[in-house]
Amino acid sequence: MDRFLFLTFGGLSTGAVYAAFALALVLIWRAARVVNFAQGAMAVATAYVGYAVASATGSYWVGLGAAVLAGLLLGALVERVLMRFVGHANPLNEVIVALGLVLLIQAVLGMVFGNGYRPAAAPFDTDALTLGGVAALSPYDLWVLGAVLVVVVLLALLFTRTPIGLRMRAAAFAPEVSRLLGVDVSRMLTLGWALAAAVGALAGMLVVPTGLGLHPHAMDLVFVVAFTAAVVGGLDSPAGAVVGGLLVGLILSYVTGYLGPDTTPLAVLVLLLAVLLVRPGGLFSSARARHV
Amino acid sequence: MTGVLEVEAVSAGYGPVPVLRDVTFAVPAGTIAAVLGANGAGKTTLLRTLSGLLRPAGGRVRFDGADLRGVRVERLVRRGLAHVPEGRGVVAELTVEENLRLGGLWRSDRADARRAQDEVYELFPALARRRRHAGHQLSGGERQMLALGRALIARPRLLLLDEPSLGLAPKVTAQIMALLRRLCDDRGLTVLLVEQNVRSALSVADQGVVMSLGRVVTAAPAARLRDDDQLRHAYLGF
Amino acid sequence: MTATRPSARSGVDRPAGPSPLRRLLPGAPAAAGPRGSTLLRHLAGAVLAGTLVVLLTNQLAPYQNLQVARVCAFLCVTAGYTVLVGLNGQLSLGHGALMATGAYTVALVQRAFDERGVQGRWILPLSLLAALAATALAGLVIGLAAARLRGPYLAGVTLAVATLVPAISTIFTGVFNGEQGLRFPAETPPAVLGAYFQPERWLAWIALLAALLTVLLLANLVRSRFGRSLRAVRDDEVAARLAGIHVARTQVLAFVVSAGCAGLGGGVYAVLTATVAPGKFPLELSLFLLMAIVIGGLGSLAGAVWGAVLLVALQDLPSLLTETFSLPSGLAQRLEGNLALAVFGLILIVVMLAAPGGLHGAARTLVARLRTRRRAPEH
Repeated sequence: MDRFLFLTFGGLSTGAVYAAFALALVLIWRAARVVNFAQGAMAVATAYVGYAVASATGSYWVGLGAAVLAGLLLGALVERVLMRFVGHANPLNEVIVALGLVLLIQAVLGMVFGNGYRPAAAPFDTDALTLGGVAALSPYDLWVLGAVLVVVVLLALLFTRTPIGLRMRAAAFAPEVSRLLGVDVSRMLTLGWALAAAVGALAGMLVVPTGLGLHPHAMDLVFVVAFTAAVVGGLDSPAGAVVGGLLVGLILSYVTGYLGPDTTPLAVLVLLLAVLLVRPGGLFSSARARHV
Repeated sequence: MTGVLEVEAVSAGYGPVPVLRDVTFAVPAGTIAAVLGANGAGKTTLLRTLSGLLRPAGGRVRFDGADLRGVRVERLVRRGLAHVPEGRGVVAELTVEENLRLGGLWRSDRADARRAQDEVYELFPALARRRRHAGHQLSGGERQMLALGRALIARPRLLLLDEPSLGLAPKVTAQIMALLRRLCDDRGLTVLLVEQNVRSALSVADQGVVMSLGRVVTAAPAARLRDDDQLRHAYLGF
Repeated sequence: MTATRPSARSGVDRPAGPSPLRRLLPGAPAAAGPRGSTLLRHLAGAVLAGTLVVLLTNQLAPYQNLQVARVCAFLCVTAGYTVLVGLNGQLSLGHGALMATGAYTVALVQRAFDERGVQGRWILPLSLLAALAATALAGLVIGLAAARLRGPYLAGVTLAVATLVPAISTIFTGVFNGEQGLRFPAETPPAVLGAYFQPERWLAWIALLAALLTVLLLANLVRSRFGRSLRAVRDDEVAARLAGIHVARTQVLAFVVSAGCAGLGGGVYAVLTATVAPGKFPLELSLFLLMAIVIGGLGSLAGAVWGAVLLVALQDLPSLLTETFSLPSGLAQRLEGNLALAVFGLILIVVMLAAPGGLHGAARTLVARLRTRRRAPEH
C-alpha cells in the first residue's frame, strides 16, 4: 500500500510534466494543424540554455526565465523561418520538416556541448518527504506540480478572458473568417508556436532533474509519452491534454514501479494503440463540434 | 468620384484558368447592388477578389477612390469594408457573444464597439437570448443574423454579402432584406449583395449586375431588370 | 501531353487525354506496354546494373566493397520505404525497428544452426527468408493498426515502435542479450572462388543480389494494378473506395511489403558485420532512412538508390573531414557523428522547403516550367 501511494504521488508529479508537454503539442495542433515532432528537441535545446544560464549566474530562477524566453524565441523562429514555407500539398510535409529539425537541433547541441550528460541541479530537494510513515512527494515534486498548475491556469485565462486569446482561438478555428474580421492570422500563428515552445521549455526544465539528465536525446522518449498523453486527451482539447498527461503519468508510474523501468516504452505503445484504436478522437475530443 | 466602390476590368481566377474576365461596374454610395447570375458565374469569386482573399490577375478595385491592390485582407475592415462570406462564416466553436466581440476587436474605440454590440442584440433579439450558445448550436437564420450583426459591429461603409438568403425561410429572408434597405437609407451603407434568389434581391436592390461565365453581361437599374420582360428572360431565366 | 492545336483556346476545349480512366489515376504511366515487356525491361535493367556493380567490385579495396554492400543493404530498405511513404502516403518512423527485427531474426536463426553444429551454404538464404517473413509479419501487425490511423497519428505510433528496440532487447535479455547484442558466424566466400577471394567482395555480391531482387520486384509492383491502387488511396481515399479499391487492404499490404523489404535489408546489414546490437538501430536510423527517401524524391525507386548512396557516403563525411583538416581532437570528437546528423537534418528541411519532389522531382518541374514558358506566347 505504501508503495502504491508512493508510485501515485510520483506518477502525478511526472504526469504534470507530461501534461505541460502535451499542452504544448495541443497548442500547436490547434493553431496550425501540425503535430510538432520537434517539440522534444526544442525543449532540450531550451533546457541547455536554461541550465547554462543557471550555472553561469548561479541562480536556477534566472535560468528558468532564460529557458522560457528561449522557448518563445525558438518557437517564433521555427514558425517564421521554416513552417510558414512548408508546402501543404502533402500533409506529411510538416512532419518531415519537424523531424529534420530534430536531427539538426540534436546535432548542434552535440557539437556545441558534447554528447555526454551535463549537470542540471534541481532547485529543491528531490528526496521524498515522509508523511505519517509514508514516502510521499518531494519538495521538487511539489514545485513541479505547482509550476504546471500555474501555467495551466494562466493559459486558460489567456485563452478565455483576453482579446488576444479570443483572436488566437478564432484564427485557429476559422482563419479566413478571422482575417475578414481584422485578425492578423499569421501573427497569431507565430504567437501560438512561441507560446507552445515556451510551455515546452518549462516542461523541459522541470523534467531534466528527475533522473533524466541533460543530454541531446533526453526528450526522445518524453516526446513519445507526451504525444501519447495528447492523444489520450484528444489533440484538440487543452483540458484533455492536462488530464491525459496526469493519467499517462500515473499509469507509467505503476508500470515502472511494479514491472520495471524497461517495460515503459512497451507500455507507452500499448496505451497509445489502445486509445487510437478504441477512441481515435481521444477521451475529451470536441470532434462533434467540428463536424457542424 | 462616381461611387464608393469601383471595379475596373478585374480578372481573377484559381490557377491558370480565369474565372473573372474584365469585370467592370460601380456601386454608388448608399445604394444596394445585387450581383445576379447562375451557379459558376463567378459571383463568389468576385466577392473574394474584392475583399482581397483572392489576388486579381489584372484590373483595379477602388474604394472611396483609394486603390485596394496590395492592401492586406485583415486591414480592409479598418477601411470600412466588411465581407460576410458564403456559408455565413460564423465561428462554430465560439459563442455568440465571442463571435460578436471578435467583430469589434480591431477597433480602438472600445466603448463604441460595445455600443455596436448592444445594437446588434437589439436588432436581433434572438441572438440576445442565445448569447452563451456556441455557433454550432444556432439555426441557419440565427447564424445569418450573427454573421450580419458581427459585420455591422465594424460600422462598415461597404458591406459585401454572399448569399444571405441561402437556406433561409422566405420570411427571414424578407426581414434581412428589409434591414439592409433600412441601413442603406438611414446610415448611407453601401451594399454589394450576391444572390441566387433573384426576386428577393431585386426587390431591395437599386442596381442589378448580371454575370455569366465570369463576365458582366449587363448592369442596369433593378427596376428595369424587374420590369423589362426581355432583359429578365434573356439573363435571369424567369 | 498532346500538343494543343494553334486554333484551340486554352483549357476549355482542349482534346481530352489518352482516356478518362488514365487521368483518374495520377502518375499512371502514359504509355505502358503489355505487362510482360515491362518485366523484361526491368529485368534487363537489373542484369545490366548488376553486371556493372560486380565489375566495379572487382576493382575496389575491401573497405570500399563494404561500402557498396552497405549501400545495397540500405537500398533494400529505402526502396520499400519510399513505396510506403511516397506512393501510399503512410509515414512510418518505425522502419529502423523493422530493420532491427530482420537483423535479429538472421542472428537468431544462424546461431540456432551454429549451436547445433549444422553448417551449409543454404543457411544464409534461409535466415534472410526468415528475416523477411518475420518482418512482414511485424509489418502486418503494425499495418493493421496503421490502416485505421492517419498522418501524424501513424507517425506517432511508429515513432513509439522505434523507441522499443533497446527496451525489447533488455526485457528479453535471455534471447537478445541486452545492450551487448548477438554475434553469429561470419559469412565467408565459397571455395570455388579461390582461396584469396576478398571476403568483402563476396558480401557486396550478396547485398547486391538482395537489392536487385528487391528493386526488381518493387519496380514491377509499382507498375502493376496494385501500384495504381496505392497511389489512388494516397490521393483520395473516398474516390479510391468508389472506384472499387479495398482501401484498408491496400494500406495493410503496402505496409507488409515495405516491412518485408526493411527486414531483408536489416538482415543483410547484420550479415555484413556478423553482429547485431540495439545500438545499431537507434531512433535516428529511422530519420536517416526518411532523409534518404526524401532527398531522392518520395515514391521514386531511382530516388531510393540515390538516397541509399548518400546515406552511406554522408556517414563517412566527419571522419573524412577530421582526416583531411587534422582538427583538434576535442572538436573532432564532437563533430564525429554529429556532423552527419546535422547534414541529414538540413537536407530534410531544405529539400522539403525548396524541392518537395526531391532531386528527381525538381528536375522534372524545371523541365515542365521551361515547356510552359515556351508555350505561353500563344495567348
